Amino acid sequence: MIKTDILIIGAGPTGLFAVFEAGLLQLKCHLIDALPQPGGQCSEIYPKKPIYDIPGFPEVLAGELVDNLMEQIKPFQPGFTLGERAEKIEKLEDGSFVVTTNKGTQHHAPIIAIAGGLGSFEPRKPLLGNLSKFEDKGVAYIIKEPEIYRDKKVLIAGGGDSALDWSIFLADIASEVTLVHRRNEFRGALDSVEKVQQLKNQGKINLITPSEVIGLHGEERLEKVSIKRTDTSEEIDLEVDNFIPLFGLSPKLGPIADWGLEIEKNAIKVDNTLDYQTNIPGIYAIGDVNTYPGKLKLILCGFHEATLMCQSAYQRIFPDKKYVMKYTTVGGVTGFDGSKKEAPKAVVKSID
Amino acid sequence: MSDIKLKIIDRDGVLHEVDAPTDMNMNLMEVVRSYELAPEGTIGICGGMAMCASCQCYIKSDHSLPEKSDDEEAMLAEAFFVQDNSRLGCQIHMKDDLDGLEVELAPEEA
Repeated sequence: MIKTDILIIGAGPTGLFAVFEAGLLQLKCHLIDALPQPGGQCSEIYPKKPIYDIPGFPEVLAGELVDNLMEQIKPFQPGFTLGERAEKIEKLEDGSFVVTTNKGTQHHAPIIAIAGGLGSFEPRKPLLGNLSKFEDKGVAYIIKEPEIYRDKKVLIAGGGDSALDWSIFLADIASEVTLVHRRNEFRGALDSVEKVQQLKNQGKINLITPSEVIGLHGEERLEKVSIKRTDTSEEIDLEVDNFIPLFGLSPKLGPIADWGLEIEKNAIKVDNTLDYQTNIPGIYAIGDVNTYPGKLKLILCGFHEATLMCQSAYQRIFPDKKYVMKYTTVGGVTGFDGSKKEAPKAVVKSID
Repeated sequence: MSDIKLKIIDRDGVLHEVDAPTDMNMNLMEVVRSYELAPEGTIGICGGMAMCASCQCYIKSDHSLPEKSDDEEAMLAEAFFVQDNSRLGCQIHMKDDLDGLEVELAPEEA
């Protein structure tokens, strides 16, 4: 069981900055995120987009902002459970919580801070009636273990980087790789597009465009798919072992919606007059995931909310301790790793 | 200060006639959100960067709209429920010549 002071659900900018503010109060943090890397939407959806409204940064790329936040919180040694989704919460007798992920990893903390943005990112699934019947029986939305496709007939659908990159990767492993996309154009790195072109010319990737998968067939496992060419409406059946639709990810509030928290407009209601606590004492919600009168879904607002949340969390963990907020210009930053950053001392020396 | 009139059919099939300002740098997705014609969190998820298809709509009137950008074209190629008259609301900016525009919101992706 992972133990920490503040368990943060969601490793986007708000969750990451909460680690810093908690660290100033000597509180340790651990973060859970469904994505394999920290940064949330900034890393997953728009890493190369410039952001213009981060105070003090006239312009910063979303990916750079995440890198900077990771650097800023490094002294506070946050723990990460990545690629797992917070699934269940249990309140213990002493008022603390145990949060379990979909993979069974357990986390124990007196304070939970939900910084889940729009929710956890789940694969977008194509609209095919019997799709769920074949899940894990030939249909997968994420490639975890490429080796299972060795000598198999694999069909990949999608027009982005992941569809291109996996087609290239599996071309050497699978016995047959077919790539299906609704357009002739692909949206991906130029290198990848050229590589797929090359593999197509060599006959290593069977490219069917513009087309889409319209039907799945099989008894127990997936055996065959129907593909429709969108230009000619011609339909073809193709025998395959695996179908991997790679249509990107979309956020879903998911299991958090069933934790007994007050939800309004797909967001968690919090007390914005005080500390962004939810209707369950000890559980806070900060950043895009919360709502209150006048709420704005801005990174800079998430930073503010994270800061106030940490002060309240401190009081909750140490009800008897007296504490006043200290400026970093005065107190510096003392990391859990023994590092210390502080303003250089002025030299006091007389001039003759 | 000028407003245009839009007809927007929501995901439940209800028609709304709304005024949209043309001087606030707003797009169709934002107009829909400002009138709360679709629940928050189900539209404009990416914030208007043509990186999700949550604001997809069908254009019902014969207004001439600006060409789709590469980003919009690519996103629509991966979206669901796409029709010939599909557009991303976030890429349609409120301009005087869109007065009377009629659109229907595409279903929410499951």
